[in-house]
Amino acid sequence: MSSIKLYPPKPEKVYFYGTCLVDMFYPDAGMAGIQLLEKQGIEVIFPQDQTCCGQPAYTSGYHDQAREVAAAQLGLFPGDYPIVLPSGSCAGMMREHYPELFAGHPEEAKAKEVAGRIYELTEFLMHVCHIKLEDKGEPIKVAMHTSCSARREMGLGEVGPALLGQLDNVELVEQARVKECCGFGGAFSVRHPEISEAMVTDKVEAIDATGANTLISSDCGCMMNITGAAEHMKKEFKGEHIASFLWRRCHES
Amino acid sequence: MSHNQPEKTAQSGVKEFHPRVHEAINNPQIRANFRKAMDGLMDKRQAAFPSDDELQGLRDLVAAIRLRALSKLPELLEKLEENLTANGVKVHWAENGDQACQIILDICQQKNAKSVIKGKSMVSEEMELNHYLEKHGIEALESDLGEYIVQLAEETPSHIIMPAIHKNTDEISDLMHDKTGTKKSRDVEYLTAEARQQLRKRFEKADVGVSGVNFAVAETGTLCLVENEGNGRLTTTVPPVHIAVTGIEKVVENLEDVAPLLSLLTRSATGQHITTYFNMISSPRKEGELDGPEEVHLVLVDSGRSNIYQDDELLDTLRCIRCGACMNHCPVYTRIGGHAYGYTYPGPIGKILMPHLAGLDDAKDLPSASSLCGACGEVCPVRIPIPKLLVRLREESVAGDSDHNNSSVKGRGSKRSTSESLIWKGWAKMHKSGGLYRTGTGAATVFRFLMPNKIGAWTKCRTAPKLAPSTLHQQVKARGKNGGEK
Repeated sequence: MSSIKLYPPKPEKVYFYGTCLVDMFYPDAGMAGIQLLEKQGIEVIFPQDQTCCGQPAYTSGYHDQAREVAAAQLGLFPGDYPIVLPSGSCAGMMREHYPELFAGHPEEAKAKEVAGRIYELTEFLMHVCHIKLEDKGEPIKVAMHTSCSARREMGLGEVGPALLGQLDNVELVEQARVKECCGFGGAFSVRHPEISEAMVTDKVEAIDATGANTLISSDCGCMMNITGAAEHMKKEFKGEHIASFLWRRCHES
Repeated sequence: MSHNQPEKTAQSGVKEFHPRVHEAINNPQIRANFRKAMDGLMDKRQAAFPSDDELQGLRDLVAAIRLRALSKLPELLEKLEENLTANGVKVHWAENGDQACQIILDICQQKNAKSVIKGKSMVSEEMELNHYLEKHGIEALESDLGEYIVQLAEETPSHIIMPAIHKNTDEISDLMHDKTGTKKSRDVEYLTAEARQQLRKRFEKADVGVSGVNFAVAETGTLCLVENEGNGRLTTTVPPVHIAVTGIEKVVENLEDVAPLLSLLTRSATGQHITTYFNMISSPRKEGELDGPEEVHLVLVDSGRSNIYQDDELLDTLRCIRCGACMNHCPVYTRIGGHAYGYTYPGPIGKILMPHLAGLDDAKDLPSASSLCGACGEVCPVRIPIPKLLVRLREESVAGDSDHNNSSVKGRGSKRSTSESLIWKGWAKMHKSGGLYRTGTGAATVFRFLMPNKIGAWTKCRTAPKLAPSTLHQQVKARGKNGGEK
């Protein structure tokens, strides 16, 4: 559980950490995140040597390998700027788990320092930028799935819905058992495929029952899981990362 | 734990985790029973904590109480023994379940006991006491309604506080009809009254009562027992001998510690502000008293707990007060039910406890059977960081952290495979170099048409993810602004 976090004033510059899933599968969400930040008058630095936060190895138990990869990320942020990620689970890894992962190692101080500068994108837009969104899109009904990392590890359960709430033509409908996990869990989805399938199937049915035609998520792992299952189940709704959605509604419509 | 074989505790008789999960997941009755019951329990817990501030404060307090008790566990256990002995309670120490069974059998045999009545005790399930006593010609009858149902069905509990939660009313009605001759009925009150009648007669003729313990208070030598049916009080007062059995971690320092623990235990478990009965047992019947047992024994069971105690991080496992809130809120438990786990303690607490009691080599599939969603840790009244401990046990399974080479976890490294470690080493090599990573991901997007649309288990219920035509790295670089900055 995160303690109460005090947010800094809006900075001149931030680092953007895209995450590997966004990099390869949802780059549009990454670009939208960068553009949303730039619209706030912030200069966005994207270190080209960024790769992966190390979470897959970490949750699989391969901590030596997670540490090797994480250590390479620690050097990417030399300036004293916030580090913004369009993913609650990767942000959770860097903010909550880096200090534990490096405890007793030479990089411990650096890991803690970096962890203290980590923000999830929607958290940053809301609490640091105090973003004001102006909806230019057509009326639409959407559902939102907040990742368990964003909700429980980062304490950001209210942020996504609050941002969507600023959009006049967007009706946010809540699916049953909104706080329940979608069943992704990284390697869990393939190590325990039947349990994961049961979970994601229930999640898809709950979202479908709302009549929403778009599922918004701030985590690409969950979105890949839910929309992959929805497509397999021939459901109508599509998925969209919250960054792309906000950008599209406010700046492209 | 040599006789705690998972196949015996299993309902289906299959030891392996995956086939059991398959069976449970494809059983619509199991799915419906658990979903309904867990939804109800989650609602009740939520209603019992109208103020989140109060809840969080109480969790801090109670976690601190448990941590304080654990920080002086050896000292408190000695004090407990000293004070119980002074009160006239005989204290026995058992290194494992077999020894505990033997101690209880010895007491029963000394008393020429033929019949034992039992209150609810998960430790007795863990050591398979009923089975042991029956093998030696002593009948053990469960008196908790849920346990009674489970015993009639020749099953094991599927939940640590609601043992028969996997059955609905119709199934219980049919079972009681077949085994005890009651009329078939959907009237829960009728069925309960019938079971109470059947059990009441048995209390009168029992030679020994066996119960568990919720909190053992060191300062006063008091055994606290929380229950709703009165069967615990009957078990501990009607038969001439009462034997309480508990894990060594259940000790608390003083009586003041009990009130907040109790308040959080019952509300977390069933949403009750208070249970119908709360028993505080501190001695056998004293001279001039009209009731109570002539002898009271306490059997303190280790069974791997002192080994958990050696590790500063895993130690948190022992804070548990067995409320069951973690399983009530677990999306995995809700889907597969308690029996699929194959061990005495199911759900999240089982996943972090059983690897110690049975060994990681035996309980190898438990730590990975979690999406790490954190719902368990969020509701745990004593703030056990369950997801963190699951990750630690995953690491122990594959011996994946050289920091823990001296760990005392039984079965450490038993899941390590050469091919899997090679994959992770390769993964690390690629991801610790920005250049290698960009070359790799860049190539992947160029050759994305080669990506299969079937990828193992993933695409059994999902379409394959689609690689983007260009990576974020490439798109940012193409814009020219700050993108090239390293």
